[in-house]
Amino acid sequence: MRPLPRSEPTASGEVHKARRRYVAAMSRINPAEVERIADLARLELGADEVQRMTAELEAILGYVAALEQLDTTGVEPTFHPILVTTPLRDDVAAPPLDPTRALANAPERSGTAFVVPKVLDEDER
Amino acid sequence: MPRDRFETALAQRAALDAGRVSSAELVEQSLARAEAAAELGAFVHLQPERARAEARAADARRARGERLSPLDGIPVAIKDLMVQEGEPCTCASRILEGFVAPYQGTAVAKLQAAGAVIVGRTNMDEFAMGSSNEHSIYGVARNPWDPARTPGGSSGGSAAAVAAGIVPIAFGSDTGGSIRQPASHCGVVGMKPSYGRVSRYGLVAFASSLDQIGPFARTASDCALALAAIAGHDPADSTSLLEAVPDYAGALRGDVSGLVIGMPREYFAEGADPAVLARVREAVAELERAGAKTREVSLPHAPYAIAAYYLIATAEASSNLARYDGVRFGRRAQARSLGEMYRRTRSEGFGAEVKRRILLGTYVLSAGYYDAYYRKAMQVRTLLRRDFEQAFRGCDLIATPTAPEVAFRIGEKTADPLKMYLSDIYTVSANLAGIPGLSVPCGFVNGLPVGLQLLGRALDEATLLRVADAYQRCTSWHEQHPEPSWERGG
Repeated sequence: MRPLPRSEPTASGEVHKARRRYVAAMSRINPAEVERIADLARLELGADEVQRMTAELEAILGYVAALEQLDTTGVEPTFHPILVTTPLRDDVAAPPLDPTRALANAPERSGTAFVVPKVLDEDER
Repeated sequence: MPRDRFETALAQRAALDAGRVSSAELVEQSLARAEAAAELGAFVHLQPERARAEARAADARRARGERLSPLDGIPVAIKDLMVQEGEPCTCASRILEGFVAPYQGTAVAKLQAAGAVIVGRTNMDEFAMGSSNEHSIYGVARNPWDPARTPGGSSGGSAAAVAAGIVPIAFGSDTGGSIRQPASHCGVVGMKPSYGRVSRYGLVAFASSLDQIGPFARTASDCALALAAIAGHDPADSTSLLEAVPDYAGALRGDVSGLVIGMPREYFAEGADPAVLARVREAVAELERAGAKTREVSLPHAPYAIAAYYLIATAEASSNLARYDGVRFGRRAQARSLGEMYRRTRSEGFGAEVKRRILLGTYVLSAGYYDAYYRKAMQVRTLLRRDFEQAFRGCDLIATPTAPEVAFRIGEKTADPLKMYLSDIYTVSANLAGIPGLSVPCGFVNGLPVGLQLLGRALDEATLLRVADAYQRCTSWHEQHPEPSWERGG
């Protein structure tokens, strides 16, 4: 199977223009946008990482933009391909994970609580 | 007296039943082979004491005339993202270094109830994100057929462990091809069950609507035993299906007469190595000689599968991996404030490929983009599912190549993520449509194994196993094994 072309489609007229606008919007990822997303994802990227990720995400987003060639008007999304109804279990109380074991992997704990650094800092946005 | 390195689980079971070998001996042999194969990088953790104790228990049961299941006393391996209570589980990531699972995953619990002996945990791409097993904190896993090449990924260690004769059965997970592609590259059988066939409780989540646990083995008949051991509904996973688990071993009747094999025209056009396509066509011809019929089918949306897959998988991954924040488990970086701690922990703990996917997933889920990307991809998923439903009106199963080429060299694709993603071009559709898929060895190109992929109707794993088993009864690809060059002096 041939990988999808990364180029423009062959539509015409208004559809073509709309599609071009769409592709332009889909492909617009720049270093500032990458930094914004990294902040949302709580990741710190070095300057060289930002440059590299921008180029790589640009290539990937250019590739996936091909999906817009498909008309999906009125098509239901698939979340579980097979399940028709969610199986339910009886509402019976069962012992939860023992707190000592649940906390055993904690980097820092106090009694049955997780300890974290202070939440507010003058640097925090 | 060393036993045949490439003995199947069925043969081991027969030897156990006849008293020719003990589980303790089989487990000792697996542990020794795993140690001797260190340069393959297939294992990241061995659990010799626990395995030896479990083997002794299996031997004691057998001495009393009891047997928990056909796998009782058989050594197996699991991928390092299936949690086993009391054992480490790192997903080959720095961020989970030191984590010890406080609970039992359902697949592992079922294996234990079946008496299978888990000897160790296998290497993988970090958080199952990759197609080459090169993104691992433990270093690369290598292909037993040519250690300069990758075993495929992300379940590369499980595929290599079976191909190298360390264990007859191993388990992995498949989100977009992570069982089938390494099975193809390592010359073993690998199966991704239908979505919901196997519980995901205790499978560390990558993309929750796509992930499934499945087995590797050298034969379809061993694969049937392994799948039977882990399949079935689990109250702890509401996406697991209530449907009864059929008798997979009983479905291996050895004949394929009357079955119709669909050949998707989109998959047999250009794009794959012509030599790989030739092996796959020869395999289908072999099945025709055995009595199957073939017909051309069409999956018109297949060319969009990779695009839809990488949107869905990264969106779900960015959400799932938000839990690694340094608060409750795993690595924590020192910091003065909580926000700084999150950022440092995640930046130091995740590798480059994981960060790339988190960023892409965060982007496609971020304000204003959800409909254009995630929802759109989930709609394309419906179109692809309908393609398969339409195709299966005219055939019983579908045959395709598993991968577009044989195993590639270590380092060959690491510089171009998109090129790496295209390694999964034939496999992602099954995850998107939720249907079962299996890869079975069907020959060699330049001395490297080629896999035939069989895709089936939802919940029809039995037909795939039946056809793969029938194919192995009339071919001998699975009886060809790599030279154990990785064992110094062996």
